[in-house]
Amino acid sequence: MTELLGSYVPIAIFIGIALVIGLALLIAPFAVAFKAPDSEKLSAYECGFNAFDDARMKFDIRFYLVSILFIIFDLEVAFLFPWAVSFNDLGWFGFWSMMVFLAVLTIGFVYEWKKGALEWN
Amino acid sequence: MGLQVLFFYLFAFIAVASAFMVIAARNPVYSVLFLILTFFNSAGLFLLTGAEFLAMILLVVYVGAVAVLFLFVVMMLDIDFAELRAGVLEYAPIGALIGLILAAELIIVVGGATFSPEVAKAISMPIPAVTERTNTAALGDVLYTHYVYFFQIAGLVLLVAMIGAIVLTLRHRENIKRQNIPQQVARTPETAVEVITVKPGQGI
Repeated sequence: MTELLGSYVPIAIFIGIALVIGLALLIAPFAVAFKAPDSEKLSAYECGFNAFDDARMKFDIRFYLVSILFIIFDLEVAFLFPWAVSFNDLGWFGFWSMMVFLAVLTIGFVYEWKKGALEWN
Repeated sequence: MGLQVLFFYLFAFIAVASAFMVIAARNPVYSVLFLILTFFNSAGLFLLTGAEFLAMILLVVYVGAVAVLFLFVVMMLDIDFAELRAGVLEYAPIGALIGLILAAELIIVVGGATFSPEVAKAISMPIPAVTERTNTAALGDVLYTHYVYFFQIAGLVLLVAMIGAIVLTLRHRENIKRQNIPQQVARTPETAVEVITVKPGQGI
């Protein structure tokens, strides 16, 4: 247990250093930078004319569809990791159980392909 | 041991504080960024309990995919968040009720194992020591054989999610020129070009 956590000490040190550098860069301007505040410096600038409306607008639902499909296949890959790691000890049952899992998702993939959800027009 | 406790309190405190900021932040984009911070600290907590694989999957799936999806929706969706926020006190009792139910469930699950050790034995597989078997391999040993039904159900849930997302959102527009790559590649000069002899002064 301690060994496992010990192997993560470099990451903790790394995060600590990243935090220090990030905070230093955030705080340093308050201390040393030249300041001449002006409200125009903070206003939205859109190629010379005033902004028409809010940056948020209605967008095509297909962006959302693509990212949902990405997450689903991301999860599928996540299931493959432990399978690959303990592959030698799993035996044929474990092998075919994963094959069935992949086949089920391949059905979904074929459906998605045939439906044209991967196409962008 | 002391360092472990220190890190536990660090992660737990930041997780709770940033979870509070998720609901308290005025700008929804900041809310999602605080949600990512919460995920990172929960991953740290998982790591402290020895659940190495879960910690990494939390980062890969939740931070890498789900939080980015949230951020993407929050940044692009046309919702007046000030208006949404106006009714927050009205719905507070319902939110509190749901929180209470969740807390009760957690207490029953965790407390049940403490009160009756037999229950805990019946539902869980013994975890091998980290020195013998790494966390990921220990998961893989049981997930695909002992828990095969749960594993296959997970696959079916993913399939349903995939088909559901397609059925709900996919609308094929008519009268749009689509790219047909095989057709384009199969084009040859013979099929693409037509030579017409036009008599002078007549046009086609």
